[in-house]
Amino acid sequence: MLAILAGVSFTPAVAARADAQLHVIEIDKMKFGAAPAEIHVGDTIVWKNIDLVKHTATARDGSFDIDLPRKSQDSMIVKTPGTVEVYCRYHPGMVMTLVVTA
Amino acid sequence: MLKQTAIAFIFSLVSTISLAQEAPQLNDAQIAHIAYTAGQIDVSAAKLALEKSEDPKVRSFAELMESDHSAVNEEALALVSRLNVTPEENAVSSSLASQALEAEQRLRSLSGGEFDRAYVENEVAYHQAVNDALKSVLIPNAQNSELKSLLETGLALFQEHQSHAEHLLHEMK
Repeated sequence: MLAILAGVSFTPAVAARADAQLHVIEIDKMKFGAAPAEIHVGDTIVWKNIDLVKHTATARDGSFDIDLPRKSQDSMIVKTPGTVEVYCRYHPGMVMTLVVTA
Repeated sequence: MLKQTAIAFIFSLVSTISLAQEAPQLNDAQIAHIAYTAGQIDVSAAKLALEKSEDPKVRSFAELMESDHSAVNEEALALVSRLNVTPEENAVSSSLASQALEAEQRLRSLSGGEFDRAYVENEVAYHQAVNDALKSVLIPNAQNSELKSLLETGLALFQEHQSHAEHLLHEMK
C-alpha cells in the first residue's frame, strides 16, 4: 500500500529515461548562453551564472523561476514538451527560448 | 521644482560628458576612476531611497541598484588590482561626484511620494547620462581589453536599469 502511494509521487516518464541529457546554459555579460539544440523531457538543465551580477532564469509561462546569485548555478529537470520563453526578472531585456521535445 | 531637479541634473551631466570629450585623452586609470565613481553614486542614491521610500516598487528598484552597482564596482576594483592600475582622480569624476552630492541634498529634503518621484526621475536621467558617457567616451577610449569588456557589460546592465527606471516613472504618471 505504502509502495503504491510512493509510486504516485513519481512521474514515471521522467524518472525512467535512461538516456537523459545534461545541458549547461551559461549566463555571462548580460546574456543567456545559446539554447541547447535538442532538449527532451527528462533532461536536466544547469543554469550557470558566471556574470558579475545576480540574475534569474524565469519562465514566462510560470513553470519555473530560478534564482541565480552571482557566481552560482542551479539545475532543473525538464518536465513538459513545448516552447518556453525564459527571461531574467532583474534584467527583463535578457531573454531566450527553450524548445523541448517529448 | 521636481522637474527642475532632473533637468538640471541632465544638463550638468551633459556638460560633464562634453568636458570628458574635450579633455586630453582619458587614460585607463582615469576611466576606471570615473566608472567607479559613477557606480558609487548610484549605490549612495539607492541607500538613501531605502532609508526614505515606502513604495515597494521603488524599494525593489533601489535594492537592485545597490546590488548591481556594488557588484560592478567590486569587479572593477578586482580588475584594476590585477592590472596594477591605480584609479586616478580627474575633472570628470570630480564633476560627477559634486553634482551627485547636490542631487542627494535636494533628494534628502523630500519625502513620501515627492521623494519617490524625484528619485526615480533622477535615476532615469542619471543612467541616461552615464550610458551616453560610456558609449561616446569611456568605452571608445579604454585601452585595456578587460577594462573595455567590463565597461561594455556595465553598459548593457545600466541600459536595463534605465529601462526599469523609465517604466517605473511611467507608472507614476
